[in-house]
Amino acid sequence: MSTALTVLRKDLLLELRGLETLPAMVLFAIVTFVIFHFGLNRDTIDGQLAAGVLTVTLLFAAMLGINRLFVAEREQGGFDAFLLAPVDRSALLVAKATALFLFLVVLEVIAVPAFGLLLLGPSLGPPLLGLIAVLALGNIALAVIGTLVSAIAVQTRARDLIGPIIGLPLLLPALIGMARGAGPLLATHGASWPPGRWVAILALYDVVFALLSYAVFDFLLED
Amino acid sequence: MLRDVSVQVPAGSTLAVLGRNGVGKSTLLRILATLLRPHAGDVLVFGEALPRRAFAVRGQLGLLSHDPLLYRDLSGRENLVYHARLHGVGAERVETLLDAVGMRPRAEEPVRQLSRGMVQRLAVCRAVLHSPRLLLLDEPLANLDPAATELVAPLIGRGAGATRVLTSHDPQAALAEADLVLGLEGGRVAFLATPDKVDPVAVKRLYA
Amino acid sequence: MTTYGRGLRGLSLGAAATITVALALVFFYAPLDANQGFIQKIFYIHVPMAITALCGFVFGGVLGAMYLRTGESKWDIRSYVAIHMALIFGVGTLLTGTIWAKASWGHWWVWSDPTLTSFLIVMLLFATYQPLRFSIEDRERQSRYASVFAVVAGAFVPLNFIAVRAAQQYVHPRVLTLTGGNLPGSMRLTFLVSLVGVALLYVTLWKYEMAAKSTRMQVRALRRTLLGEDAVAPMKRSAAPS
Repeated sequence: MSTALTVLRKDLLLELRGLETLPAMVLFAIVTFVIFHFGLNRDTIDGQLAAGVLTVTLLFAAMLGINRLFVAEREQGGFDAFLLAPVDRSALLVAKATALFLFLVVLEVIAVPAFGLLLLGPSLGPPLLGLIAVLALGNIALAVIGTLVSAIAVQTRARDLIGPIIGLPLLLPALIGMARGAGPLLATHGASWPPGRWVAILALYDVVFALLSYAVFDFLLED
Repeated sequence: MLRDVSVQVPAGSTLAVLGRNGVGKSTLLRILATLLRPHAGDVLVFGEALPRRAFAVRGQLGLLSHDPLLYRDLSGRENLVYHARLHGVGAERVETLLDAVGMRPRAEEPVRQLSRGMVQRLAVCRAVLHSPRLLLLDEPLANLDPAATELVAPLIGRGAGATRVLTSHDPQAALAEADLVLGLEGGRVAFLATPDKVDPVAVKRLYA
Repeated sequence: MTTYGRGLRGLSLGAAATITVALALVFFYAPLDANQGFIQKIFYIHVPMAITALCGFVFGGVLGAMYLRTGESKWDIRSYVAIHMALIFGVGTLLTGTIWAKASWGHWWVWSDPTLTSFLIVMLLFATYQPLRFSIEDRERQSRYASVFAVVAGAFVPLNFIAVRAAQQYVHPRVLTLTGGNLPGSMRLTFLVSLVGVALLYVTLWKYEMAAKSTRMQVRALRRTLLGEDAVAPMKRSAAPS
């Protein structure tokens, strides 16, 4: 695990130095809210519609992060550096997924209040804890699948295309869980905790794909 | 593509690989570095068969390739500390090496801002950080001025004490360094001999 | 090299026979559905194709796992053919599904049927299999990445169905109970025979394609030995090693 920490530290340091990916993700999310305002021609939205808009926006912002995840490795010889080291290679998956998870958390810390301000009708206060739970579980799914798909894509010729087209269908169950879990939370006089069924589906998805990705990741890095 | 390349390198000695660009010198080094898998044949490093036992030998290899394998946005020190941690080596070793190649004063600057010679010096540090028994050097003296070449000599030269496989654009320099010389032509072995037995005409033909 | 041709004739005849019997049952034995009339009979081809396609995808995942475990390329080719066949059966499922939807509910597509929706998602995922494979040039890496994909996507199939089923609030009554729970006896028999027929068809086609690929590989290997390495040009888009 110390390998994973080393790689994670390096990635966070790189992002702090360069500060390209995170600001882009945040900006993208906020612009998307504006687009939805015009596209739907609504001043405020609530309930399931709001949950859908929020989920889709976070998803597409996440895609930006996912596409960039292995860029430094590919362009600056980082893969070789890692492959030469006598370390467990699945640590790279753990490190990158954690980095992506953290990026998503930072994204949401800014984007969700922005959403509350710009588009959401009901107040964010009461359902906040439940919303955090749903988003956290969803972030795990995005992080794990995003890392897996990004690692696959980086070795193909059509790398910017392959990532999203494989990732989006794979993520659908998790996205359904996120959107349907958040729906009741964002309704006027809505619930304060997401329906148990969706928490269960998200958790199941996270566990299955985290374990599966950990098992197959090694095969992606061999040469 | 390399075919039918067969050579044995005794421990502690130096093998020089000569040949034109694209003949497969870098490929050979990468196979030895466990980064590439040979399609056929046996590769044994320290008696361990690759690729199956790659994990056993990885920590004892040092690769210096065309790519310095350094992150351009991080400083020299940060890069070396990263590699040190990956290899389980302490931070003091980083400082020792930075001193040895004279990069201490500029160790805090992002690699992006350094000249190619300085980057090469840092790359040498990276390659020898974990005191590897086998050094795989792909044109190690590229971009280095004579002063810098002297600085890195104790680390990657004959005196370093490691087994070395090196490639070089300069056949004469390589011959001076080597115990054994391998000439590659068209992906195949043109000759394999000790430097005194190497025919200069054959060498010339490699680069013709 | 395994001979896939062994038993192929028997299998083909078996498949043909079962399908013929199934068709006979569908047209002459199974009762006419009170609500939907004749068009309901498309169910007997649609559902077996769906089940076979889904099982084919999971089968492809298992074969991919075998490749990752052993590194023998024959498993990778088997996985490729399994997925590729399942994709074809899947397209058939979607087409027959839309026809049925149009005929019985008046719309070409209905979101309210969770099975159809889940199926669409699975198809969208597996449609990326071939682009992924053929965008990786190195042969061995192509096999490895394809197998990783097959394993992950195979695991995805059941999870997807669970999620979508939970999500859909279907207004229309469930006709497609995959366990065949509420089918009257005569329909159940017809359904089972059709299912067996379609499954046999899948296996037969899988064997045919494996036999064809394996033969082609052997011919190319022989040509290479006889005529020399360079006489045989590598094949372009092909999952089989040239």
